[in-house]
Amino acid sequence: MKAYDIVIVGGGPAGLAAAISARESGIESVLILERDKELGGILNQCIHNGFGLHTFKEELTGPEYAGRFIQKVLDMEIEYKLNTMVADISKDRVITAISREEGLTRIKAGAIVLAMGCRERPRGALNIPGYRPAGIFSAGTAQRLVNMEGYMPGREVVILGSGDIGLIMARRMTLEGAKVKVVAELMPYSGGLKRNIVQCLDDFGIPLKLSHTVIDIDGKDRVKGVTIAQVGSDGKPVAGTEEYISCDTLLLSVGLIPENELSRGIGVQISPVTNGPVVNESLETSIDGVFACGNVLHVHDLVDYVSEEAHMAGKCAAAYVQAQKLGNTEEFQGGRAVSLKGENGVRYTVPVFVRPEHMEDTLTVRFRVGNVYKNASVCTYFGDTCISRRKKRVLAPGEMENIVLKKAEIEKYPDLETITIRIEQE
Amino acid sequence: MYDAVIIGAGVVGSAIARELSKYRLNACVVEKEEDVCCGTSKANSAIVHAGFDAESGTLKAKLNVEGNAMMEQLSKDLDFSFKRNGSMVICTDEAGFSVLETLKARGEKNGVPGLEILNREQLMALEPNLSDAVIGALYAPTGGIVCPFNLTIALAENAAVNGVEFKFGTEVESIGRTDSGYTVTTDQGTIYAKTVVNAAGVYADKFHNMVSKDKIHITARKGEYCLLDKNVGNYVSHTIFQLPSAMGKGVLVTPTVHGNLLVGPTAADIEDKEATNTTREGLDFLIEKAKESVKDLPIRQVITSFAGLRAHEDGDEFIIKEVEEAPGFFDAAGIESPGLTSAPAIGVMVAGMIAQKLGLEANPNFVGTRRGIPHLDAMKQEERAALIRQNPAYGNIICRCEMVSEGEIMDAIHRPLGARSLDGVKRRVRAGMGRCQAGFCSPRTMEILHREVPLSMLELTKSGPGSEIVVGRSKEMEGM
Repeated sequence: MKAYDIVIVGGGPAGLAAAISARESGIESVLILERDKELGGILNQCIHNGFGLHTFKEELTGPEYAGRFIQKVLDMEIEYKLNTMVADISKDRVITAISREEGLTRIKAGAIVLAMGCRERPRGALNIPGYRPAGIFSAGTAQRLVNMEGYMPGREVVILGSGDIGLIMARRMTLEGAKVKVVAELMPYSGGLKRNIVQCLDDFGIPLKLSHTVIDIDGKDRVKGVTIAQVGSDGKPVAGTEEYISCDTLLLSVGLIPENELSRGIGVQISPVTNGPVVNESLETSIDGVFACGNVLHVHDLVDYVSEEAHMAGKCAAAYVQAQKLGNTEEFQGGRAVSLKGENGVRYTVPVFVRPEHMEDTLTVRFRVGNVYKNASVCTYFGDTCISRRKKRVLAPGEMENIVLKKAEIEKYPDLETITIRIEQE
Repeated sequence: MYDAVIIGAGVVGSAIARELSKYRLNACVVEKEEDVCCGTSKANSAIVHAGFDAESGTLKAKLNVEGNAMMEQLSKDLDFSFKRNGSMVICTDEAGFSVLETLKARGEKNGVPGLEILNREQLMALEPNLSDAVIGALYAPTGGIVCPFNLTIALAENAAVNGVEFKFGTEVESIGRTDSGYTVTTDQGTIYAKTVVNAAGVYADKFHNMVSKDKIHITARKGEYCLLDKNVGNYVSHTIFQLPSAMGKGVLVTPTVHGNLLVGPTAADIEDKEATNTTREGLDFLIEKAKESVKDLPIRQVITSFAGLRAHEDGDEFIIKEVEEAPGFFDAAGIESPGLTSAPAIGVMVAGMIAQKLGLEANPNFVGTRRGIPHLDAMKQEERAALIRQNPAYGNIICRCEMVSEGEIMDAIHRPLGARSLDGVKRRVRAGMGRCQAGFCSPRTMEILHREVPLSMLELTKSGPGSEIVVGRSKEMEGM
């Protein structure tokens, strides 16, 4: 059985950044396992621009953004295996992988970084009634067909869900000559970034119907049309608002689910809110030496934040391995834990707890809100004491938010048990 | 001139074809769809019923019990998934017990072994997720679950290997009599045959009525289902029925043989025999109804829903006989539940009638066994590693949810009666059957179909002509 200090599962943006930072932290033996035929993950099909504004201070396309990290991996001569699917990971960090070239292989890892990304929710998750014809695609599948394979999934399109991929695909399909008739969104607000609504819908005159959903799919062999209807505050269709829209394609952009089948297999504790692992300030999961970052941890809005988070995971995995080599991983694991809690509109936090003695001088805590808030404040409480209030013009579920915790500040509260983040209206 | 032409490549037509191939004859199956198992056979409860439901003395009762008894050996001979998981009919009030007693007595008369009435305490030990309202159940240890796709595919493939011809995309338009038999006119030309077998599912009345004044009438009775993620596949381990009603056996909750959880069906008589659409009312009804059987049904785990059409004949009985005024025309009509279970026995029965009619001899070259496509994810590591060494394509995982390899998909395509569409691949090896419902693997499976069949990307379909997946090349759309 081969052995590596750090094995990274997934060669997308999270895996690449984690590998680079692990190497930068002094770990020589790093391996990336990637199931696709090239590194870069989902970025390879995201040919639109807008990536990297935070990281590189310029606008890159997805493949360009990935390319910068891939080049670094190559320059650093970090080992990677393509076309390799991880089938199983055991608690003692033995990875079983399958590939055409090497068959079934087992790899022992000192530490593991989970970076498998996420997948799209399918039609069934919404239980949309109707026929099951050709012409129903998740937005990401359609994106792959158009951008990577060079085929058009349809001519007349209805998009359900205003997640970012759906918005991007509304523009892409339009640019390719298809007619996007409407984007219907179940919620009274969009799940995507504001800039995408402006640049992908408004600029092309594509209507966005909020509080609308698809209630029937017509066409036995190929989609002929869909019926959309307004939904009430109870989430149910409002009688009399049904509208039949003829189309040959229905694209679904109805949410992303972190892909944690492997994590569950190891026994990693999963948050029911994020569907990602429960992690501490070092992005370590409930299983020793197993770290997580990127969309497998929680679904991000911007890849820049994925890279930032993965950088942290790679660094912490390196620290774990270094402690392991000295035989003191227990020290890595101990320490007082302060739990982090989202409340009053804050749906979750990543991480879920922080151990002051292990944190760096600052720690970025990421979260999402559950509704749209205008002129509200993000408030941080140490116990009952409000220690920070940051006013925001708009907070929306589609955009990830963060606060930065300072180690020095937490150390002033030696008995602190809970840090709470709340949204408060002025 | 064929000795026999079978109309319909569902489970019944395929079972009859395989049984006929045990004889020396020239037979063919005509099927309007692009593949076997495209109608009722693909969208049902996938249950191997014990046999206590049907009235004693009926064909339904007899063939159910016979089919059930045949299923285990058949699953070994033809290598498809079958499991005797046992079934329960639950009741929620004292009055229900008398219905259970009636079912038990009927079952015993029908020859169903091992029936037992269990009390709540006994049930909870077997099925802790049953609803709080359940007070007792009829337990049938011989109840089972089967893969309806691979049952049908295995029967058809084995028939084909033993010489039966299959004509897909061939729709029968009319049937005429000749001195020596029948002319079966299809949209692909005319077929001459000494005998005709009518295994046309919901359309069996149409073909019967072409040759007989004694009309039959089949109603399509729609059943809607929800399929749940494998995460909750062990929510129950037995098939849980509710008390039967005039419309059927009610909504059941069952594990599938592949480890998902299945909830359904509804029962609604409809006019349109193509209306396999699900409805909001139907899905809501069955979700509510299933809560009577199990508590806290994990309905958020639904990965897909579907509907199938039962071929319900007015007489409420299987019609399996030679049409009196049309000698040589054999009906296998009105095959609704327990049709899937009964199919192997129906095959024997119909093939026997034809053999007698034509005086057929045994086929000395008949091969009665077949190995299925290897399912690598279910194999032991060493076995799997050895197969990948033999054929590296088994090491290239295409469907991540069900862990299906390129090699398995290639097998699905290159087998006799191989897959030609995404659904054809899905039914054979489960690529696209998992929780992401083909979002990830469909472009990859398309590439393999494109390369191996071969078919151009524009010709590729989900389920046959009219269901093309892509409409053109990008950058080449009109008006751009």
